[in-house]
Amino acid sequence: MEDLLAARAQMAMSLAFHIIFASVGIAMPLFMVIAEGMWLKTKDETYLTLAKKWSKGTAIMFAVGAVSGTVLSFELGLLWPTFMAYAGPIIGMPFSLEGLAFFVEAIFLGIYLYGWDRVPKKAHWFAGVMVLLGGTFSGIFVVTANAWMNTPVGFSIVEGKVTNIDPIAAVPSAYITNAWVSKVTNIDPIAAMLNPSSFSQALHMTLAAFLAVGFAVAGIHAYFLRRDPDNPFHRKAFAIALCVGGVVALLQPISGDISAKRLAKHQPVKLAAMEGQWETERGAPLRIGGIPDEEAEVTRYAIEIPKALSFLAHFDFNAEIMGLKDVPPEDRPPVAIVHFAFQIMVACGMVMIVAGILGGWLAWRQKGLPVNSWYLRFVSYCTPLGFIAIEAGWTVTEVGRQPWVIYGYMRTAEAVTPMPHLVVPFIGFTVLYIFLSIIVVILMRRQIFQFE
Amino acid sequence: MFGLEIWIAGVMLISLILYMLTGGADFGGGVWDLFATGHRAKAQRNLITNALAPIWEANHVWLIVIIVLLFVAFPVAFATIGTALHIPLTLMLIGIVLRGTAFVFRTYDDQSDKTHLRWSRVFAIASVITPIMLGVTLGAVASGTIQVDVETGTVDTDFFSSWFALFPFAIGFFTLTLCALLAAVYLTLETKDSELQEDFRVRALIAAVSVGAMAGISFVLSAKGAPSIRQGLGNSVWSIPFHLLTGAVAICAIWAIWKRYFQLARVLVPVQVVLIIFGWGLAQFPYLVAPNLTFSNTAAPDSVLRPVLIVIVIGGILLVPAFWYLYAVFKGNRG
Ligand code: HDD
Ligand code: HEM
Ligand code: HEM
Repeated sequence: MEDLLAARAQMAMSLAFHIIFASVGIAMPLFMVIAEGMWLKTKDETYLTLAKKWSKGTAIMFAVGAVSGTVLSFELGLLWPTFMAYAGPIIGMPFSLEGLAFFVEAIFLGIYLYGWDRVPKKAHWFAGVMVLLGGTFSGIFVVTANAWMNTPVGFSIVEGKVTNIDPIAAVPSAYITNAWVSKVTNIDPIAAMLNPSSFSQALHMTLAAFLAVGFAVAGIHAYFLRRDPDNPFHRKAFAIALCVGGVVALLQPISGDISAKRLAKHQPVKLAAMEGQWETERGAPLRIGGIPDEEAEVTRYAIEIPKALSFLAHFDFNAEIMGLKDVPPEDRPPVAIVHFAFQIMVACGMVMIVAGILGGWLAWRQKGLPVNSWYLRFVSYCTPLGFIAIEAGWTVTEVGRQPWVIYGYMRTAEAVTPMPHLVVPFIGFTVLYIFLSIIVVILMRRQIFQFE
Repeated sequence: MFGLEIWIAGVMLISLILYMLTGGADFGGGVWDLFATGHRAKAQRNLITNALAPIWEANHVWLIVIIVLLFVAFPVAFATIGTALHIPLTLMLIGIVLRGTAFVFRTYDDQSDKTHLRWSRVFAIASVITPIMLGVTLGAVASGTIQVDVETGTVDTDFFSSWFALFPFAIGFFTLTLCALLAAVYLTLETKDSELQEDFRVRALIAAVSVGAMAGISFVLSAKGAPSIRQGLGNSVWSIPFHLLTGAVAICAIWAIWKRYFQLARVLVPVQVVLIIFGWGLAQFPYLVAPNLTFSNTAAPDSVLRPVLIVIVIGGILLVPAFWYLYAVFKGNRG
């Protein structure tokens, strides 16, 4: 395996693993806080049991999230030293703030998980709120760092190298540089953090976490409700999770549309790859399905909705959309992967929207929790959909940015470490993470089946 | 006064000290889990688990603070270390992953003795490997063998020789003994059971003597292994009184453990660790990665450092009461 490929594979695998646990870390505290808050308000012990059960499963997920995140912070330097030498100071702001958010999260998590009998009730609930804020803000901050890779701003480039290094002095007095770093000047870390992609990406990701975890939790409790529709514990759990998931499902396409409009403006090549759009044209169609053929430069077998892409991207049925043929092949991302990943994300989103709307309608019609057997079955099939959409969405973002690691400035091939045999750590971490995944699944199953 | 980068370097040194005092002790807990013996082995393990469970995730964040500050404030040094020390850092990461996960899995897996013991083993072995690799990394950084071409910024490394040597490993084991000492001393105060207390008293004494031995060995090896540090440690004005002070504190600590003044030992041992790390930091200054990279010549521009320092100050103000509360809830009014 080529070293660059191994490095990319290791990064992708580590992130794909981490994002699952990170999403749980963002969203689960909300459910626990709601359940515990209901207990404080209604004094109904079922809510307390619920909060405690949820917090047990969450403890496992948190620990795996924390250690896999630590691996990522190091991997940035282990795999992409040139990228970090260049970008580290520019995107340092969100990472520093993220460190602060981690502290808040980890401190109050300790209090939340182990302090049930040690701190006053209100203080315990407040600790849960702090965990929620810490998790949500860590997610937001790290996503702004990623957003910067898509739309890098907040620095300028000078041509030529800094040369006032005195090679005779034992320690050079000037800023030690390498060919890349020497070109970066006028760094404005705040501007870099508030780059044009930050808002839309952070919003979309945060919603995604609540959506995915909401449907996963609702799906699990739906499974138990099918066998035992009157169980008060599962009814309450299902109600909380479905409400959150259903509402967020309706918001998610709106925020996705904000992202798409931003892409049309800043990363038209990525948008073209997502849509399998080869020709630059006015009134471009929206393609559903289809197979992009990168040799022949066409997308076949897609259902085309005329002019819809132009409208969605620009609010104008006749707006011009850039096609892939406008950029040389070496500057294009792998079109098929990006296109398929985008279709998968949207499809998952649509199914969850249907689930949300149906649930709302049934609840309104029946004036109560929708526990119709067929509906419960439908929701329990939705359990993995949000996570599939998250993985697919990140594939769109990351693979769609190729061949650039910093869009327009640094290619991925230029960022990679000179370290040889990278396939060894790649295989090592892959085996380790597969092993951990299996254990986590077994333990979560055990936690879940203790519900009965 | 100092340049902004020196303030950041100071914060990193303090974070490293806090990581050793908190996270390091957590690793030490794993060491004593590995060496849990006798008919009280199970009680020893339970004591360690209960002491660690609520706080290890918060303690772990110090490491992340150090690494983030390193890449924000000294990006070229981060790239250099990441390149030259890829292998020990990777091993350390695997240790971190296995330790953290084995620790929670042990709590939530089925509670049969066999399963429990299996996770304990993973947890304990990972707790031994991780601080050794952390120490190896620090030792290699101090050794002056990681050469950087100051013209191009490229690292001249074969990925092995700078860390696969006696001196870095001596520092690795030195780190391990410090972790073990901290843990044993803390644990004497985590229990009211006098037999358990006695177990950890003996362990603390063994660890304290090992710390002394490893300190001596490291110092001898540094003559060849890390000449520039040796210079800082041996020859400057402040170094002799500093060594005497550290030594005196170490001896008092052993005496306090011997005499069962556990509260006193609980203060003296951390002071000893602070002095050791602080002395090492002073000896290494102004080099970040000897012999080419200093704090000043790798620092990011002030436009980056200033907001980071502001975040640190605000963060400190927010976090001190939070940490105080965490430790007050779980570590207050015991023993
Ligand atoms: C539950 C998960 C989920 C669901 C249902 C959707 N998305 Fe999404 N999407 C994500 C989860 C996600 C994500 C994983 O969170 C991404 C990756 C990077 C990011 O910021 O968000 C993402 C990225 C992403 C991007 C790329 C942004 C970029 O490259 O920077 C676009 C254009 C959309 N989404 C659009 C949509 C649309 C139109 C959806 C319609 C239903 C949709 N997403 C559903
Ligand atoms: C957690 C969700 C994420 C997932 C699942 C993810 C996925 C991926 C994938 C699939 C790749 C490989 C792309 C390719 O080689 O074609 C990649 C590369 C990379 N990602 Fe992400 N990513 C995520 C978030 C982030 C974030 C938040 C950052 C940084 C702040 C980041 C930084 C990088 C870097 C530096 C690379 C390597 C260079 C490159 O391939 O462009 N990623 N990631
Ligand atoms: C290059 C990318 C990333 C790096 C370097 C990174 C780094 C880290 C680190 C070091 C931790 C452990 C903190 C602790 O000990 O508590 C962590 C946890 C976490 N990360 Fe990431 N992360 C990345 C991507 C992401 C993404 C894309 C998200 C979500 C949108 C995210 C959200 C979180 C959250 C919420 C936690 C808290 C722990 C948990 O909830 O499980 N991270 N991350």
